[in-house]
Amino acid sequence: MEASLLSVAWIGASLLFILSLRGLSNPETARNGNLYGALGMCLAVFATLLATEHLAWGAVGAAVIGGVVVGGAMAARVAMTAMPEMVALLHSFVGLAAVLVGVASYLAAGDGAGALLMAEIFVDVFIGAITFTGSVVAFMKLRGSVGGRPLLLPGRHAFNLVMVVACIVLYFVALGGGSAGIGALVAMTAIASVIGAHIVMAIGGADMPVVVSLLNSYSGWTASAAGFMLGNDLLIVTGALVGSSGAILSYIMCKAMNRSIWNVVFGGFGAEQAKPARPREDGQALQVHETNVAQVAAWLRDAKHVVITPGYGMAVARAAGAVREVTNFLMENNRKVSFAIHPVAGRLPGHMNVLLAEANVPYDIVFEMDEINEDLPDVDVVLVIGANDIVNPGAEDDATSPIYGMPVLQVWKSKQVVMLKRSRAAGYAGVDNPLFYLDNTAMLLGDARDSMEKLVVELREPSSVAA
Amino acid sequence: MRVAIPQERHSDERRVAGTPESVTKLIKLGFDVVVEPNAGVEAGYSDLDYTDTGATVADGDDLWSCNFILKVRPPLVIDGVDEAEQLQAGTTLVSFIQPDLNDGVLDRLAARGVTVLAMERVPRITRAQSMDALSSMANIAGYRAVIEAAQRFGSFFTPQFTAAGKVPPARVLVIGAGVAGLASIGAAKSLGAVVKAFDTRSAVEDQVKSMGAEFLTVKVHEEGEGIGGYAKTMSQAFIEAELALFRSQAPKLDIVVTTALIPGKRAPVLWTKDMVESMPAGSVIVDLAASQGGNCELTEEGKRVVHNGVHVIGYTDLTSRMPKTASRMYSANVCNLIADLGGADFSLDMTDEIVRGCLVLKDGKPPVLPDIPDADPVDAALPGVRKRRQTGQFDAVRPPSGAFKPATPSETKKTSTSVMAAVQEASKQPLGLIAACGLSLLLLGAWALMRIANPELLVDDAGAGKFLQHMTIFVLACVVGWHVIWNVTPALHTPLMSVTNAISGIILLGGIMFAGRPQFDIVSILGIAAILLAAINVAGGFLVTQRMLRMFRK
Repeated sequence: MEASLLSVAWIGASLLFILSLRGLSNPETARNGNLYGALGMCLAVFATLLATEHLAWGAVGAAVIGGVVVGGAMAARVAMTAMPEMVALLHSFVGLAAVLVGVASYLAAGDGAGALLMAEIFVDVFIGAITFTGSVVAFMKLRGSVGGRPLLLPGRHAFNLVMVVACIVLYFVALGGGSAGIGALVAMTAIASVIGAHIVMAIGGADMPVVVSLLNSYSGWTASAAGFMLGNDLLIVTGALVGSSGAILSYIMCKAMNRSIWNVVFGGFGAEQAKPARPREDGQALQVHETNVAQVAAWLRDAKHVVITPGYGMAVARAAGAVREVTNFLMENNRKVSFAIHPVAGRLPGHMNVLLAEANVPYDIVFEMDEINEDLPDVDVVLVIGANDIVNPGAEDDATSPIYGMPVLQVWKSKQVVMLKRSRAAGYAGVDNPLFYLDNTAMLLGDARDSMEKLVVELREPSSVAA
Repeated sequence: MRVAIPQERHSDERRVAGTPESVTKLIKLGFDVVVEPNAGVEAGYSDLDYTDTGATVADGDDLWSCNFILKVRPPLVIDGVDEAEQLQAGTTLVSFIQPDLNDGVLDRLAARGVTVLAMERVPRITRAQSMDALSSMANIAGYRAVIEAAQRFGSFFTPQFTAAGKVPPARVLVIGAGVAGLASIGAAKSLGAVVKAFDTRSAVEDQVKSMGAEFLTVKVHEEGEGIGGYAKTMSQAFIEAELALFRSQAPKLDIVVTTALIPGKRAPVLWTKDMVESMPAGSVIVDLAASQGGNCELTEEGKRVVHNGVHVIGYTDLTSRMPKTASRMYSANVCNLIADLGGADFSLDMTDEIVRGCLVLKDGKPPVLPDIPDADPVDAALPGVRKRRQTGQFDAVRPPSGAFKPATPSETKKTSTSVMAAVQEASKQPLGLIAACGLSLLLLGAWALMRIANPELLVDDAGAGKFLQHMTIFVLACVVGWHVIWNVTPALHTPLMSVTNAISGIILLGGIMFAGRPQFDIVSILGIAAILLAAINVAGGFLVTQRMLRMFRK
């Protein structure tokens, strides 16, 4: 294929990618957006395949088909609750692919690599390796194979700095060429891999939405760096699009937690032990009010407006379906039901929305924090399902709270709060929650799905237990 | 301080500006109240009712010498006698003025040297909702329109299945879903009719639906919302589509209530003669825009005409046909306004938004309003707006308030000071710019460093030029990405992430470049491995996104 025609195809693909991201901004246009993206990808890949000479068609075909089959199978089988893991894993593939391409690029150039190309190779491999190991660690943390608590080595910042300096030194070693060159590249890859793993290990579980979107951003930058290395404009453009998209998402997530990106990445947040909420002024022991399903059902029957606030606990307990059934029942009986979603609920930006959508909750009764906060004082019952930090009043009035200043859902302003929780333990951020001890808060302890299913039965056929 | 409540002189006016209820409140505010004999008779209040509350009944000078005169209609010239003649200099008149509908009224009032507060000009702000007489009257007019229609309509509103056969429900169309329109929808709906409603402003769709009516719309994309929530004149294409829609609906309608007003203009003709003729005999059209020329071609102001068996009602006194309730609501609005201005310690604060809105004359002269920054951004931006507010007795075009204000998500969204939106708005431009500048500086710095560290590069200018070109593309793409992403709704963050994930599988191209080599070696193997990994990413990302997006439904 002619080079100019290939360029045209690439411009077309870039435009399709932009349209794709644009389409994703609204639920109405999102599906078209996804199609544009897929179309752009097909266009780019086929045009490039046709334009490449000496192509090992058999091997390439096998790789593409194999990849599509594996990817398709993953996409078809992943549970929506496991989306964060899947996304993290996919990021790691991009990182690894970038490393491979970088090394291939070095080998192909041989000793002929100039300072500029060498720098580009190093940057590509560096970011790629960080993305790869960082994503793998994030994947394992999300899956629970590695604990959620941050691992904080003493002197970790200095350690990181030393490693980065070592990478720069290795660059100059590699410039010397010869057998030392490839050795330096491999050593640099190894060091970058350690940096990636180390950085993510030091980030607490509650900050995972930021980490995942940050890795999303890296996977874009790494593609962009590969573009510089290979002199391929399409890679540069596409990588930059993805990179800035991930950067914005990370920024939005950080804003939602009232933290800076530096604080998230280097802060080691949530490592301290949970600190008890302030004792009551009169010195009495703090008392939580436990309740039962029958009582909650009675409250719901009397309520006009019910708000449901899901958190990661709903995902863990796979309770979305049961939540939908409760919602259905209430709506059939002319109760107003709204869902309140905090921007960082769950382990992935927008995680709760996806779970609710899977459970067929219509998206127009799902509201963002800012939309619903001012309505909460008029709400009769708020069901908090497996959420904790995002409804913590300490974020607003307790200056000593680690999450002080983070915007939260003001559920305590409603008439009755019901917290569905497995235990009375603190949330992922390891912060005690004064909400538990408020007089209008009742705790419904137990597995969220189990509780919600019992609630459905109780709502349909009230037993006589209700007080 | 004394307040007077004179009798309304206009022959069609049965309302009164003060009821025993509001008089009680005025007395509590520290006023002495004087009521003209028989002032409230037509509204159902006897003089005794007033004296029981502590008011005095008097006329002549006792009445007109009061500090405040509360009226419904502005002083009119009736049988050659000008009501304004009674007013004494220094008096404050609180009333509907509507200079557009009452020629020369301002000049006659100015000649008397009085201070005038025009009720129809109370600004549309939250604080002034309890003083908003236009909305209370529009509410009544909308309700009454349906009652008038029911009186002429020879059938049930509600469907009936009787032993003597079945009766279909009345089919009602309401044009214009402002306060009056929504009141009509509510009234017709509760009588059991099948109700459809049309409005040019798509924002009212949710409100219409929340009242249980079907929302009709045309397929020309144009937003009918002008400045401050008012309707605006639509394009020719839109009007044609609109008329075509009405034409197709007309034969299937029993009752049409039109409430379409455009501030400061003649009401648009939306219901033409041929539409009237295509309606079944016995149908009723109630035109709430009659006082401004009417939405129906056949409307005659103040009258009911019958054309081909179809009644066209153009009454302009619909509110006055429910005098008791209309008086109660109007007098409450007036009373709230006076209370807001300090009650018996009445004063006119020229920086108060409400005073600035409704004060039309100060001691017979147009008021001099001091400039206050940002007092009323609408007025500041568009001097014409204030004048437009005076029009429209029924105010069909105003977003509803009070009882007819269903909480719609879109509305909440608009009013809430969304942290996220604010963050996005505030940071969009500068952050994008800073990021772009920072990036370019960083890369430029890296490049300069390399040139210094490695002087050979000076020779290799082609490579450096290429690098700069790539960097340009890179920075531009960052900016584009930045702009495209900012509008993403939080609900779609996960799908966005999986799509960008799939797109970053573009690294596949890098793999392809190394898979195509003259001889198959380690480089080719690395390339093919990269292809495999990237392909997993591409397929997995797009497919899982598709799966997720399928689930998002309204």
